Amino acid sequence: MFKHSFIEKRGVVLASLILVTVSIGGLVEIVPLFTIESTIEPVRGVRPYSPLELMGRNIYIREGCYVCHSQMIRPFRDEVERYGPYSLAVESIYDHPFQWGSKRTGPDLARVGGKYSNEWHVAHLVDPQSVVPESVMPKYPFLLENELEAEDIRAHLEVLRTLGVPYTDDMIAKAEEDLRAQADPEADHEELLQRYPKAMVGDLDGQPERLTEMDALVAYLQILGRMIDFADIDPKDVLQ
Amino acid sequence: MAAAAAERERYNEDIVRLFTLATIFWGIVGFLVGTFIAFQLAYPWLNLPYEWGTFGRLRPVHTSAVIFAFGGNALLATSLYVVQRTCRTSLFGGPALAYFLFWGYQLFIVLAATGYVMGITQSKEYAEPEWYVDLWLTVVWVVYFVIFFGTILRRREPHIYVANWFYLAFIITIAMLHIVNNLAIPVSWFGTKSYIIWSGVQDAMIQWWYGHNAVGFFLTAGFLGIMYYFIPKQAERPVYSYRLSIVHFWSLIFLYIWAGPHHLHYTALPDWAQVLGMTFSVMLWMPSWGGMINGLMTLSGAWDKLRWDPVLRFLVVSVAFYGMSTFEGPLMSVRQVNALSHYTDWTVGHVHSGALGWVAFVTFGALYYLVPRLWRAERLYSIRLVEWHFWISTLGIVLYVTSMWVSGIMQGLMWRTYDSLGFLQFSFVETVEAMHPFYVVRALGGVLFTAGALIMAYNLWRTMRGEVREEEALPAQLGALRTAPAR
Repeated sequence: MFKHSFIEKRGVVLASLILVTVSIGGLVEIVPLFTIESTIEPVRGVRPYSPLELMGRNIYIREGCYVCHSQMIRPFRDEVERYGPYSLAVESIYDHPFQWGSKRTGPDLARVGGKYSNEWHVAHLVDPQSVVPESVMPKYPFLLENELEAEDIRAHLEVLRTLGVPYTDDMIAKAEEDLRAQADPEADHEELLQRYPKAMVGDLDGQPERLTEMDALVAYLQILGRMIDFADIDPKDVLQ
Repeated sequence: MAAAAAERERYNEDIVRLFTLATIFWGIVGFLVGTFIAFQLAYPWLNLPYEWGTFGRLRPVHTSAVIFAFGGNALLATSLYVVQRTCRTSLFGGPALAYFLFWGYQLFIVLAATGYVMGITQSKEYAEPEWYVDLWLTVVWVVYFVIFFGTILRRREPHIYVANWFYLAFIITIAMLHIVNNLAIPVSWFGTKSYIIWSGVQDAMIQWWYGHNAVGFFLTAGFLGIMYYFIPKQAERPVYSYRLSIVHFWSLIFLYIWAGPHHLHYTALPDWAQVLGMTFSVMLWMPSWGGMINGLMTLSGAWDKLRWDPVLRFLVVSVAFYGMSTFEGPLMSVRQVNALSHYTDWTVGHVHSGALGWVAFVTFGALYYLVPRLWRAERLYSIRLVEWHFWISTLGIVLYVTSMWVSGIMQGLMWRTYDSLGFLQFSFVETVEAMHPFYVVRALGGVLFTAGALIMAYNLWRTMRGEVREEEALPAQLGALRTAPAR
C-alpha cells in the first residue's frame, strides 16, 4: 500500500513530483496551438505593421491603453453590430505581444481603424471629454508635443523578423524613410503603400512639419481591423 | 523551555522582521494607489495631465504593488518563518544569502514600479516588467528557491510539513510561469524595450496560463501555506484532516494550471482549449472547497475563540472569502456566464473579493500573529484596534464587491440590450455614464479598506515598540481571556 509519507520525507521527490504535476496542463493546452494548423485561419490580408504603426503600437502599450480597451470582438450579435466582424486569430499573428485586453472600461478597438477621422482622434486623445463629455479617459496632450523617438526603428524591425514577422530586406532598409514618409503629406507614398497596403498616410496629427508620437499612435489606430477585407471571406476559411 | 529558547536563537528572524516591515509598507502603498486610481475612474480629472499620472500607467503600479510587493513580501516573510520552525533549522545559505534575497526582491519592486510610471512595460498583465527586470527577478527567485529548498533538505524533522508543500509548489511553479511567459528579445542591450517571442493566439494562451496561475500559485497556493500554519497556531488546534491536506494539495496544483483559457472565452482561441479551460475551472471548485473545509474545520472545538480573538477572526473570515471567490470563479468560467461577465467590472469585483477578502485578510492575521512574537512583545498593543481594523476593512470589502457586481452585470446587460425596433439600445458611453455611482461606492470601499490597514500599521508599530494599551476587554473577551493561555 502506497503511503504519502514516502513523498513527505523526501524533499527531492516532492519537488520533482510538483514540477511534473504542474507541467501537464500547460503542455496539453499550449503545445497543440503551435502544431494544429486550423488554429490560425488561412485568411489573406494581414501584413506586418509599417514602421510608424509599430511605433504607435509601442506608444499604445507604453500608455497602458490595453488596460481599458480590448481588441477582441466576440462572435455575438451585439458585439458584431457594435464593433464589426468578430476577430480572427490571424489578425494578431504579428502582434508581439497580443493586445486582446481583458477589460472594456472603454470600447473595443479591434476595428476602430477608419471609423473616425484623424482630426477626431487627435482631438479625442488630447482631451477626450471635448468630444465625448461622459468619457472617463485620461487626457494625452503630451503626445502632440513629444517628438517621435525612433532612431533605432531598423533594430525593432530586425528583432521582429527574428521572431517570424515577415519584414523583407527592402522593408528594413527603407524603415527610416517609411517612418517619416507616412506622416508627411508632401512625400510620395506609392512605394510605402505597396509595402504596407491600406496604411493611413498624410498629415496625421495636424502638424505636417513635425513627426510626433501622436502621428504614430493615430497611424496605428487607423490600421486596426482594416487589413482583412471581410467582404470576400469564405465562411469555411474561418472555421477553427 | 531553555532548549526551545536556544533553538529560537538559531532561527534567522532578522530576515523575517525585514520582510514583515516590507509587507506592511508595500501593502499601504498598494492600497493607496488602488484607491487613487479607483477615484480616477469615478472622477477622470484626477488623471493628471502628466505622462506619469494617468490610469493606464498607475494601474500596473497598483496591481504589482499589491500582488508582488505586498503579497510577495508576505509570502517571503511567512515562508521563511514557517520553514525554519517546521524544519527546526535555520535558513540554508546563512544571513548573507537571506539579505541578498530581501534587498534583491525590494530592488525588483522598485525597478518594476518606476518603470511603469515612465512607461516601461511589456503590457502583459501582472507580468508588465520589461526584460531586464525579469532577468533580475529570475536571479532573486533562484536564490529564494535555494534558501527555501536547502532549508527543507537539512530539516531536523522527518516529515515536511504541509504548509511547506504549498510554499514549495508556489516557488517552483512561479519560476516556470515567469520564465516561459516573459521570453523576449530586447531591441538593444542598452535599452528597455523588448519584443515577446510569442505572438497572437499563442501569446494569449501563454499569458493567461501565466496570469491565472499567478492567481493560482502566487495568490492561492502560497497563501494556503499561510493558512496551514497560522490557523492551527492561532486556534491552537491541529489541522482538521491530514488526508484532506494530501488530496487538497495534489488536486489543487494539478487542476489549477489548466484554468487559464477561461480568460479567453469566445475569443479567437480555439474552442477546444476554451472548453478544456472551463471544464478544469469547474473541477477546481472541489479542491478549493476541500481546502476551505480543512481550514475552517481546524476550528473544531475552538469556535468560541472567534467571539473574542479578532486575529483568529481575520484568518477564518479570509478562508470564508476564499470559499466564496473559489465558488464564484468556476461560475464565471462557464462560457455562457462568462459571455456576460467578461470585459466588465464583475471580473474586477471577483478579483478583489479574493485579493482583499482572502489574500489580504489572511496576511493581516499572520502579521498580527507574527509581530508580537518577532519583536518579543508581551502581546499586541491593542486588541480593540484589531477589532476596528476588522470591521472597517470588512465593510470596505462589502462595498467594493457589491458595487462591482452591480456595475459589471448592469454594463454587461446594457451592452446586449436591444430596443423594440431591433437596434442596440445603448451607446457605449451611456454604459460608462451609468457606472459612475458604483465607481464612487467602490472608491469609498477602497478608502475604508486602506483606513483599516493604516490602523493595523499603527497598532503593529506600537507593538514593535513593546507598548501595551491598557484597555477594557470586550464583554465576550472577558470570560474567555481569563482561561486563555498566555500569549
